[in-house]
Amino acid sequence: MFDGLSKRLDAVAQRMRGRGRITEENIRETVRDVRMALLEADVALPVVRAFTEQVKERAAGAEVAKSLTPGQAFVKIVQDELVRTMGEKVEPLALNVQPPAIVLLAGLQGAGKTTSAAKLARYLHEREKKRVLLVSCDVYRPAAIEQLATLAGEIGVEAFPVDANDDPEKIARKAVDHAKRHYFDVVLVDTAGRLAVDEAMMDEIRRLHGAVQPVETLFVVDAMTGQDAVRTAAAFGEAVPLTGVILTKTDGDARGGAALSVRHVTGAPVKFMGVGEKTDALEPFHPDRVASRILGMGDVVSLVEEVERGIDKEKAEQLEKKLRKGGKGFDLTDFRDQMEQITNMGGIGSLMEKMPGMGGMQERLQGQMDEGRVRRLVAIVNAMTPAERARPDIINGSRKRRIAAGTGVQVQDVNRLLKQFKQMQKMMKQVKKKGGARRMFEQMMPGGGMPPGMGR
Amino acid sequence: MSETGSGNAGGGLFNRLRRGLARTSGGITEGLATLVAGRKRLDDDLMEEMETRLLGADVGVEATQRLLDGLSQRLGRGELRDAEAVMDALRTEITDLLRPVAQPLAVETAAPPFVILTVGVNGAGKTTTIGKLAARLQAEGRSVMLAAGDTFRAAAVEQLQRWGERLGVPVIAQPTGADAASVIYDAHQAARARGIDVLIADTAGRLHTQSNLMEELRKIRRVLGRQDPGAPHETLLVLDGCNGQNALAQAEKFRDMVEVTGVAVTKLDGTAKGGVVLALAERLAIPLRFVGVGEGVDDLRPFDAESFAEALTTE
Repeated sequence: MFDGLSKRLDAVAQRMRGRGRITEENIRETVRDVRMALLEADVALPVVRAFTEQVKERAAGAEVAKSLTPGQAFVKIVQDELVRTMGEKVEPLALNVQPPAIVLLAGLQGAGKTTSAAKLARYLHEREKKRVLLVSCDVYRPAAIEQLATLAGEIGVEAFPVDANDDPEKIARKAVDHAKRHYFDVVLVDTAGRLAVDEAMMDEIRRLHGAVQPVETLFVVDAMTGQDAVRTAAAFGEAVPLTGVILTKTDGDARGGAALSVRHVTGAPVKFMGVGEKTDALEPFHPDRVASRILGMGDVVSLVEEVERGIDKEKAEQLEKKLRKGGKGFDLTDFRDQMEQITNMGGIGSLMEKMPGMGGMQERLQGQMDEGRVRRLVAIVNAMTPAERARPDIINGSRKRRIAAGTGVQVQDVNRLLKQFKQMQKMMKQVKKKGGARRMFEQMMPGGGMPPGMGR
Repeated sequence: MSETGSGNAGGGLFNRLRRGLARTSGGITEGLATLVAGRKRLDDDLMEEMETRLLGADVGVEATQRLLDGLSQRLGRGELRDAEAVMDALRTEITDLLRPVAQPLAVETAAPPFVILTVGVNGAGKTTTIGKLAARLQAEGRSVMLAAGDTFRAAAVEQLQRWGERLGVPVIAQPTGADAASVIYDAHQAARARGIDVLIADTAGRLHTQSNLMEELRKIRRVLGRQDPGAPHETLLVLDGCNGQNALAQAEKFRDMVEVTGVAVTKLDGTAKGGVVLALAERLAIPLRFVGVGEGVDDLRPFDAESFAEALTTE
């Protein structure tokens, strides 16, 4: 999502690069560019003002003037300020209280509260091994309660049974009571979506907050929100003390201005961000990593963590052995496992986004390498017999027709897959040769075309 | 869901909008009188203040520039009489910008059902808009059917069914996880058999950057097109009025992928000023059909350029 902003800042740096010396005149011009870039990224106006003031002040100071490369010095300042505005470190949830720890979610209609509640439940349940109770106090939106109950069922945590005719406050009290008696670690309370200006609804969240005394009150905000983000955040912040923010829908192409604005206005740190549709698509928010992503420097640390989580260790070791032997024994089963692992890690797009210098690749890739296509490749391999997977050479015309019919694809698709597989095998042999790894890497880079085996 | 809007005195679009905007800080011209007072001309300070207000209302850099250019041309370097003159000029500029895209939806076809396919990102307010739209069409004396094409989000089908029950409108649905195109195909068959006038199809919310999900929408369009070459007669993009400049990216991508023929902007009764409507009009020429101005069933109104401009620029 942050791609756009980094592109704009790049252009600003390019223009500065041509200048030998920094004058007050061209600082003003450049700061105006930064201002426009931030506004187009939907950073709220008051935040933009504070930000550009800060940048202007520092740019006029000695650090830029002395620098031989004023453009770079300038970008460095912008980067520092970005990190500073977003908060400097990861802020985990403060759940170290006598259980149950109660977490209240609040936010506008359609911001993604219910989905975030489910994602957070799964995160706490799977990664922090907490016993989580989900409860919906949204008695207004049709079927909101069912939505949370269904999601709870999917991720294997308990949902507190709710009667839609009950008062939200009463529901919350009952749920907390239930959690106490049944030894739950965490209670996640989902609330009705509201327009911040609706007094009755704001009053309700205030009463809910008073009734359950949460340790964490999280404000859920859509990354695509415009200038209104500051007003809404401020309104919620006045009603209840916010302790953190969940930024949702960051997998789109929103430039993510809301991330800057909300922190600035509420003082509450962004703690998590939603990165996809599925319930596992929630990541802790790392301000420094996100800042480097904004500036197009990649986010390698998150990538490594994600890969570690997504990959089956045993299979990876096996594959590595085969790779070392120059692809000997690398068969279609391995090919399929690799494809599946890519899917497990949230698709190639989410990987590319984090890789340094791969920002632009993502758009190109998205069309070619969507999940559907990967699934189809996996399905084709699944339609083969074990013998065929081990020795693809035996696949003749009649076998191809059978595989195609079994998968519901054309024979050409089977041919394409086999070709990709062969190219991949060849690539592995190259790795073994001297300097091969570098050559392979070059092939993978933009301009060198796609690695064989990916996309058409 | 309350029905505050129904039977309210002065329930016109202008009043509803103004009430929504008044909740926070009035329109973008609030307090302008004090600013203008004492100034002889439209000077740089005043222009910068106007720019700030427009940008702060999500109008976006491009449209703001256009409005300000128009404003300075209109007022020239002549003497500034009063704030009223500035406001009038701005109102005219905004109306001029919006008028070309303010095109109401004409529900007419020789071979019913008239099919409306609604699309949009997650949480824009598609299902609610469908409910309100169905109520509106029903009040106009048309028979309506709903197709629960959001088979992805948990309980989306139930949400639409509630609307169906409330309005007494049939809803064609399959369980969550079913193929959306097949649900909508079924619904079209049923609508035709029962002689229904309008079929409104819901779809799952999707971020416009997910090409595989966009492909699914194209499939739905193909399936409908095979039933009736004219269908879908309207592909209605639902945009969240709280969204900023990203709404433009959404509109562009959806337009390129599924030939959006109309836009509905929701949640304009919140604190967001909906200035992105101006940005949309400046950048893309997609007809604006409806605005959602409240939670009540009758709070979906046809978009009207004058009322919108008036609501934005009133004190």
